[in-house]
Amino acid sequence: MAQKHSDIEKIKQLIDIMKANDLTELEIEHGDDKIALKRSQSEPPRYFVPALAPSAGSGAEAKESPGIKGPSTEAQSEEELVEITSPLVGTFYAAASPDSEPYVETGSQVESQTVVCVIEAMKVMNEIKAEASGTIVEILVKNGEAVEYGQPLFKLRPGDS
Amino acid sequence: MLSRILIANRGEIALRIIRACHELGIEAVAVYSEADKDAAYLKLANQAICIGPAGAAESYLNIPRIISAAEIGDVDAIHPGYGFLAENINFAQICKDCGITFIGPPVEAMRLLGDKVEARKLARKVKVRVVPGSEGTIENEVEALKLANEMGYPMMIKAVAGGGGRGMRVVHNDISLRAAFSAARTEAKAAFGDGSVYLEKFIAQPRHVEVQVIADNEGNALHFYERDCTIQRRHQKMIEESPCGVLDERTREHLAEAALKIIKEAGYVNAATVEFLLDKNNKFYFIEVNARIQVEHPVTEMVTGHDLIKWQLKIASGHTIRFRQKNIKHTGVAIECRINAEDPENNFAPCPGKITRYVAPGGPGVRLDTHVYQGWTVSPNYDSMICKLIVHQRTRAEAIATMKRALSEFVIEPVKTTIPVCLDILSQNLFVKNKIDTGFVERHF
Repeated sequence: MAQKHSDIEKIKQLIDIMKANDLTELEIEHGDDKIALKRSQSEPPRYFVPALAPSAGSGAEAKESPGIKGPSTEAQSEEELVEITSPLVGTFYAAASPDSEPYVETGSQVESQTVVCVIEAMKVMNEIKAEASGTIVEILVKNGEAVEYGQPLFKLRPGDS
Repeated sequence: MLSRILIANRGEIALRIIRACHELGIEAVAVYSEADKDAAYLKLANQAICIGPAGAAESYLNIPRIISAAEIGDVDAIHPGYGFLAENINFAQICKDCGITFIGPPVEAMRLLGDKVEARKLARKVKVRVVPGSEGTIENEVEALKLANEMGYPMMIKAVAGGGGRGMRVVHNDISLRAAFSAARTEAKAAFGDGSVYLEKFIAQPRHVEVQVIADNEGNALHFYERDCTIQRRHQKMIEESPCGVLDERTREHLAEAALKIIKEAGYVNAATVEFLLDKNNKFYFIEVNARIQVEHPVTEMVTGHDLIKWQLKIASGHTIRFRQKNIKHTGVAIECRINAEDPENNFAPCPGKITRYVAPGGPGVRLDTHVYQGWTVSPNYDSMICKLIVHQRTRAEAIATMKRALSEFVIEPVKTTIPVCLDILSQNLFVKNKIDTGFVERHF
């Protein structure tokens, strides 16, 4: 009788441990003693972090981490970045000509009238301006790549130089 | 055969063209505006290129962006669909200049037939009766009044650069002609870039009958019989059928011959529709040529068994017509209902919005041409037509019964549509007896 009572106590304790640690299965073997407990899973709470800035072609993805509240630090710095998107359909060129230096590189400071690239459309080279001031953080397309309207070309951290 | 084409259009016709391309082994490049980025048919294309924001002027009508997309998409040809740039001479010329095949007529034929006055002159040249009217453009009110009084009212003022039911006004006497004349010119200038107008006698209670033709670049042409598009509201077709149930065989033949004569005289290549009015004595009068594939082409496809889009692609690839006219047959009756996202109870006001429940009709004799699905958001930026429901049966009575059944099965919610109006029309005694004219819808609804 006493053993049964202590068994039940043990089981109760184990259940508490499982709940506290969000465990669904627990199996303990101690010599010949063996106990296995399974807990039915209720939906854990889900927390979504704000979507990262979407890259060309992919949809925004939501991260789920049960128990985490608020944005992660990575998402937080992404939120400050601004995208320079293509206003045209055409071919992206990083420099004025194959022999020239690229207009910008990562780390380049730009102002709204700074030419950041050229997009060739129907044999016309169109200079694309930054339209914002800040620092180029990432270049999202390759030289000679076809780009569509609205396609992100650069990530910019806004701010005055 | 062409190997890769760009479709300079959207919605159901873009999907239609993608389907024909897949069956012919042609790669299809689709373009889309930001409003259409979730369209399901884009995934069926080999490549989809975003060409601009929602507004048509910045996307589907934007020639530089479309040509750029054709360049980066590395295509041989562009299919313009219907509407948008399909009858834009400038666009056709630019395609030619850029070495891209335009899937449609040569620029000169398009220019000739796009000028409604020149088209009438051409018809008269090949001895096809035209709606009586002015020889050329009418320059001023005085001329207009003179002609109207000679021919007798009612008269119709029409835009030379118009077409597709747009830029037309009926006038019943000198007072209304005076009132309408300069307004018509202003509207035409704004809508078509050309304020020139001409006059036609208004034919009372006509039927609208049109002939489908295909021509190759060696001067061969075939007709695929006629379509009856008399059920119209404000000159926009609502219900179309083939064949025209009131034509006797002789008139049918003459009508088709007249259409072929006009097409050949114009040096036309590819698909076209020659439109006529039929008066109460079954006399037909040429009105205009639509130099493109039309919305209602499925009706002809069902009765003849020919795929008109594939014909277009083959002709553009340089194929010549090997079929004999006598081998083009029509069987049964096909009817199409255009379904628009409009509220019939609110003067057909457009009803954009998300379609949260969509159940498509099916069963024997039913064809549905649409880009729409459950979850699709109908945009306010474009034409309100969302589906074309087509049926084909052995007799007109059976076709009507099947269409009514299919319309009753069709669920599109919560967006309001013209489905109830179509059902209503199909139940009208006069429609069933085929005693209709182009004023029928407006008189009854």
